[in-house]
Amino acid sequence: MTLKTLTTLALSGVLVAGTAAADLVIPDLSYRTGPYAAGGTPFSDGYQDYFNLLNARDGGIGGETVRIVECETGYNTEKGVECYEATKSEGALIYQPLSTGITYQLIPKTTADEIPIHTMGYGRTSAANGEVFPWVFNYPANYWDAASVMVNYLLEENGGSLDGKTIALVYHNSAYGKEPIRTLEALSAEHGFEFTQIAVDHPGQEQKSQWLQIRRERPDFVLMWGWGVMNQVAVQEASNINFPMENFIGNWWAGAEHDVTPAGAGANGYKSLNMNRIDADLPVFADITSMVHDAGNAAGDGSNIGSVLYTRGMYAAMLAAEAIAKAQEIHGVADVTPAMVRDGMEALEITNARMEELGMAQIGPEFSVSCENHGGSGLGIVQQWDASAGNWVALTDYIAPQDAVIDGLIAEDSGAFAAENNITPGCL
Amino acid sequence: MSADFLYGIEVVLNGLMAGVMYALVALGFVLIFKASGIFNFAQGVMALFAALTLVGIMEGQVPFAHIINATFGTELHHFGWEVPAILAITCTVGVMILFAWAVQRFLFRHLVGQEPIILFMATIGLAYFLEGMGDLMWGSDIKTLALGLPQGGSRWIEDATAGLGGDDFYGFFIDKLDMVATVVAIVLVAGLIAFSQYTKHGRAMRAVADDHQAALSVGISLNFIWILVWSLAGFVALVAGIMWGAKSGVQFSLSLIALKALPVLMLGGFTSIPGAIVGGLIIGVGEKLFEYLVGPMVGGATENWFAYVLALLFLVFRPQGLFGEKIIERV
Repeated sequence: MTLKTLTTLALSGVLVAGTAAADLVIPDLSYRTGPYAAGGTPFSDGYQDYFNLLNARDGGIGGETVRIVECETGYNTEKGVECYEATKSEGALIYQPLSTGITYQLIPKTTADEIPIHTMGYGRTSAANGEVFPWVFNYPANYWDAASVMVNYLLEENGGSLDGKTIALVYHNSAYGKEPIRTLEALSAEHGFEFTQIAVDHPGQEQKSQWLQIRRERPDFVLMWGWGVMNQVAVQEASNINFPMENFIGNWWAGAEHDVTPAGAGANGYKSLNMNRIDADLPVFADITSMVHDAGNAAGDGSNIGSVLYTRGMYAAMLAAEAIAKAQEIHGVADVTPAMVRDGMEALEITNARMEELGMAQIGPEFSVSCENHGGSGLGIVQQWDASAGNWVALTDYIAPQDAVIDGLIAEDSGAFAAENNITPGCL
Repeated sequence: MSADFLYGIEVVLNGLMAGVMYALVALGFVLIFKASGIFNFAQGVMALFAALTLVGIMEGQVPFAHIINATFGTELHHFGWEVPAILAITCTVGVMILFAWAVQRFLFRHLVGQEPIILFMATIGLAYFLEGMGDLMWGSDIKTLALGLPQGGSRWIEDATAGLGGDDFYGFFIDKLDMVATVVAIVLVAGLIAFSQYTKHGRAMRAVADDHQAALSVGISLNFIWILVWSLAGFVALVAGIMWGAKSGVQFSLSLIALKALPVLMLGGFTSIPGAIVGGLIIGVGEKLFEYLVGPMVGGATENWFAYVLALLFLVFRPQGLFGEKIIERV
């Protein structure tokens, strides 16, 4: 190789690096390998494909190309932190860790580094209080909203009263799985239902004891906070003991297609929450197919498009893109910084008109974010698995949580966090 | 009889059958450890790989399709045919034999004479390699194992026993899949014992297990025996993969079933096939009974904790396990 060639390559490298530095950098902390890959892969595909669509269709966001930096976490907290450390220097604008464990580790780090973090429907619930957690956002809904939406749905199904009913929570024995317990205890006291807790050890491959207990105690309803193999085994075991599947409701991380397909017909009637609608006919999917997949730029093999977790990943990307656009609008520059994106997230407003304009009409609820409320509206829908058709059917419109209960719990928990960490609550 | 007592019996019965499922995984560890002194960390991943291969063959999936498509711009996914279960199982056994040969040829042949800890570390590397290989070959999505294995509780047993303890007793719940697993485990253990007792290669295997150098001196090929043992462990892994995969679908968390085998091995001993079975049964019944009786008082999810604490107690008082060979070091 001649000196001239080497010089040319070096100069090209500098130019490429210079170009890259001007991009909008979005890290994707994905997990496409290991025990949780079946959930991580479709989410990441949807997340990346939407940004690729924006690049192909709109030239990026506000004229700035989006550059995705993917880092494999394997759903492992240590690796997730390593990914954060490895990608933040690239100019990362917003993190979506897709893991409650990683989120808990990143909250102090992103706060110190002043990079916003979006934990959509997972993570630390009390981070909805933006006055204590200015760099953390968990809109459009959080775990406590989910628990409350479930109870509100059951209230509606039972003539407005759950008095004397028994509700069991089958949960992953981890910080994630324990998140809804406080809310359900509070709601139990308010609505008069008996609440029992049934823990499942990680990873949840063996749940015989738990389902024998359910068979003995015969609760009226079973709610589930599961992830990974725990979901598939729980659905199978519920079917095995002939538990009425219409009385078995998982949260939105226990309601993907792969959670129910292994149980075959036995899963028919199982319900789950969702924070966004599933509609394979949304125009945005046609755009992704023609401009991303057919152009050979798909993040995966294209088989996940329209599925529950693909749609959620795409929805998450849309919320990130809208926040960036809002930041550009507020600050009048296209090449925004993480701090500006935080401002955009705090001023975010998602309307039906905007979702329709984006080709994803009513994919999520309308909501707006503020300094005081980083958690959005908290609305969720209930969907049911139709095993013969092989798809989820939305049973309800968006159901609101019981804000009076949730807000009190958030204030209590975030207040305790603020006291422990010497934080004076306030808006940035 | 009170309903609580009968439910206790139900817990014991289900614990026995869960123990059989644990023993199925533990058997593969025992086979390899007994013959070669290697604690095979990759046994759980072998179960995953075997089950993935079985489903892939049955569904006519193109192996390495993702790499082929990315390299050549093709859109291959399936061959367009489906393979009958029996033929697919046979082919998978063939793949596991090939895997056994490759492990000996490319890994352990180069590690002859190394310390056990080195061999153990090599199996850790093998586990990661095999997990990645399974992902590349067959993808990471959850696959349904359509072998027609029965699922759900036995209605006949439930109906026949309902009401024995009054209106509060709903009959014994016995999972049909667990019953099948029990029968399969019995046949498998009987087959392994018959093979090792009554066949030439089985006796050679036992000779190698007793003393490598003495076996070598009478003309037994260590290389062949180790390939044979790894092939048998591969077959056992396939059986375990099928039984566990039928419960949850074939997915990467299947590799974690090895975690359930470790306390079984500590209890039963690393060198005893009957020990794996008895250890599995003790762990299965013990953890289920503990969860039934004590779990509600301490918040539940005690099963893993109980299994490992019980194994720890055995390590303290009987390090070789119930059936393991006593370690005698002459100075």
